[in-house]
Amino acid sequence: MAAGVAAWLPFARAAAIGWMPVANLPMPVAPAGKNKRQDEMIILNVSGRRFETWRNTLDRYPDTLLGSSEKEFFYNEETKEYFFDRDPDVFRSVLNFYRTGKLHYPRYECISSYDEELAFFGIISEIIGDCCYEEYKDRKRENAERLMDDQEDNKDAKPPNMTCRETMWRAFENPHTSTMALVFYYVTGFFIAVSVITNVVETVPCGTSPNQKEVPCGERYTVAFFCMDTACVMIFTVEYLMRLFAAPSRYRFMRSVMSIIDVVAILPYYIGLVMTDNEDVSGAFVTLRVFRVFRIFKFSRHSQGLRILGYTLKSCASELGFLLFSLTMAIIIFATVMFYAEKGSSSSKFTSIPASFWYTIVTMTTLGYGDMVPKTIAGKIFGSICSLSGVLVIALPVPVIVSNFSRIYHQNQRADKRRAQKMQKARLARIRISKQGTSNAFLHSKRNGLFSEAPEFTQLPYKMNLSEQSSTEEDQRLNKSTSLLESQHHHLLHCLEKTTNHEFVDQQYYQQSYLEAGLQNYPSRSPSLSSRDGVSGTCCTRRSKKQHAPLQNASGPAHMQPLTQVHAHPRGLQELSTIHIQPLSTSRSSLNMRVDEPASLNCQSSQITTAIISIPTPPVTTSDGDAHLRAGPAHQNVVKVSAL
Amino acid sequence: MKSRSQDQSLSDSRELDRSYDPLTGSTADDEELSAVRYRPEGLDPLVQKTNFSRRELQVLYRGFKNECPSGVVNEETFKSIYSQFFPHGDSSMYAHFLFEAFDTRNNGSVTFEDFVVSLSIILRGSITDKLNWAFNLYDLNKDGCVTREEMTEIMHSIYDMMGKYTYPCMEDNAPKEHVDNFFQKMDKNNDGVVTIEEFLETCQKDESIMQSMHMFDSVI
Repeated sequence: MAAGVAAWLPFARAAAIGWMPVANLPMPVAPAGKNKRQDEMIILNVSGRRFETWRNTLDRYPDTLLGSSEKEFFYNEETKEYFFDRDPDVFRSVLNFYRTGKLHYPRYECISSYDEELAFFGIISEIIGDCCYEEYKDRKRENAERLMDDQEDNKDAKPPNMTCRETMWRAFENPHTSTMALVFYYVTGFFIAVSVITNVVETVPCGTSPNQKEVPCGERYTVAFFCMDTACVMIFTVEYLMRLFAAPSRYRFMRSVMSIIDVVAILPYYIGLVMTDNEDVSGAFVTLRVFRVFRIFKFSRHSQGLRILGYTLKSCASELGFLLFSLTMAIIIFATVMFYAEKGSSSSKFTSIPASFWYTIVTMTTLGYGDMVPKTIAGKIFGSICSLSGVLVIALPVPVIVSNFSRIYHQNQRADKRRAQKMQKARLARIRISKQGTSNAFLHSKRNGLFSEAPEFTQLPYKMNLSEQSSTEEDQRLNKSTSLLESQHHHLLHCLEKTTNHEFVDQQYYQQSYLEAGLQNYPSRSPSLSSRDGVSGTCCTRRSKKQHAPLQNASGPAHMQPLTQVHAHPRGLQELSTIHIQPLSTSRSSLNMRVDEPASLNCQSSQITTAIISIPTPPVTTSDGDAHLRAGPAHQNVVKVSAL
Repeated sequence: MKSRSQDQSLSDSRELDRSYDPLTGSTADDEELSAVRYRPEGLDPLVQKTNFSRRELQVLYRGFKNECPSGVVNEETFKSIYSQFFPHGDSSMYAHFLFEAFDTRNNGSVTFEDFVVSLSIILRGSITDKLNWAFNLYDLNKDGCVTREEMTEIMHSIYDMMGKYTYPCMEDNAPKEHVDNFFQKMDKNNDGVVTIEEFLETCQKDESIMQSMHMFDSVI
């Protein structure tokens, strides 16, 4: 129930007057309110800034600091105000929460200071309203990651019991974990660089041979280069094999991009070794050497940026595709036009449309080599249109790709897409929980029997002397845990239950009872019980079995359980009555008891004396307020109780 | 009244404009002009009209104004407020009947005066007044007698508030049986309707009803 409508609770309760003439069962007693105290103004002095509010505004949330008696610790007798030595700016949001029922997160506030204040005042952050929740969570995650980054350097402690294989894999993936890994990282990096440089230098002409022809260094110092190449390939092979060994899933590793690059980088060498003798394929072998340049891609393991670039290109596939497509279209159009425009001129380089492609591409990308130039006027006109449109066509998709890159880069820095999904699930769960909150609160309080009504009620004929004393204690205990508002709201719901002669239950119980109902035929709901021994409905037994232990007298009903249980009229229901219905022995209303009430309420007390059960546990009870109302003459359902 | 064709031709740009609400046919500007800003007449006249004390009226008004800053409650707000107290089931029908009962002037909105006058009857009125009010609530067409159909509707709306998850499982004819029961009790001359006299007579004889009528006296 939102705090905002708490002020309307009196109206809702007044409206319940419509149920009264219709109800057949007597109503429970209303909880007494301490009306005098309600309308008081409280002064909250937070570091010098005074906030004033009504007492019952704060009482709306009894499980927070301000709503409970915890605030008495901060009461200042001389100034008659509550003093808190906290940040007044954040307190503003906290107090607004009480006023409106919605907690907001101010954007200018630091997330950790806000969290501290919330923790101090006993407010959970999950109730932040939807308007501010996303922002709050984002900031919190950022903060957490920042803290985590700082901590990662210290996180060198190896988890114990890692196998050799796992250690190796961890070393490969994360070079900072150990010195060995770092050394390995740098060594492989060095050799990649060496290998690439070797490939490049191989082709540089260095010096002349006696034939007065320039030879590339590769042919001059064949042996040296061969040794270098061998060394590099050996290192790469060893590295690949080690990674293959350490990989948790070898099949997945072999399919990964990096390992394919590794393989492609070293394969030419081995193929070359195998095929040096055969003259025919030596030409092909030379081509294979081109693949050695792929070794440079191995650097992407060493560079985060390269990986992101690759990922960006992959994710921008659609934009790149569009760019390519539009360029192709434009090229074909302009090439055709230029060809036909230049067809007339003599000695034109535009010999065919494919030949014009080259001109169009060079012009559109604003390169303008000048090897092909239009000579006719028409050609020049179309040529200029071509270059102008080229700028446009290329400029359009590029920003998209750039922004994609930037987005992915930041995303990579901060959060995974998976974490975002988890947050969404958590948010939905949170909303569901808060919606269920009010309905659960009622069921929960029912289960714990928080309907204490006896002390005020004087008409109760069966008031136990025992209970009087303890009930006042319980009363006090109760008033601490639920606010008056809550107890009034629960009383209202209780009245509704009485009016309709049905009870609110959990979804679980409902489904259980529904299942059981399906097993047996239950056409009508007439609650009249006939005297019959029989199998107790599984509904109730199950419920009694699930009784929660926290109540000290919860054992009460359990003891009563084995007693005779009257099975309901076959036309009726799963309603059960254990004969321990006398008001004498009611324990703190347990759910089990609640079950019986619709039936039991109509028993005249005299009828029930047939089965008085002595309860082993001394009842620390409050007699159920309903008891007194049994005297009412108008009973719809007559209960015949069987003799035991 | 604008002609149909004019409406059609205007619809495109107005929809784009977003200030036009096709449902009500009014633009956002219109709505603001017609928004009701209602102020109750004053504390003293209200104290005289009702049986509430000054302080109680203050408390009531503060709560009222919080939820309805415009000073009047319309049915939608009424229903949404009421539904917050009954999260399990569907309280909209009962809230609708309540609204009808509160809206004594039948103009679709309840001002603070109407609200407080009705509350005064319910909470501070004599037992006869309260019973009259309850009867008025049941009597949907306000013709002085409660027919079976009216009572069935009321009963359905009450049972709807329980929701689906009840123990024992809610049967379909539960409301009907309850209505039968009610008529059996109230309808003395068995003519199929319950008149105000029959209602008053039966209720005054029934102790538990009498008692429960007094239950909410201390609500404010």
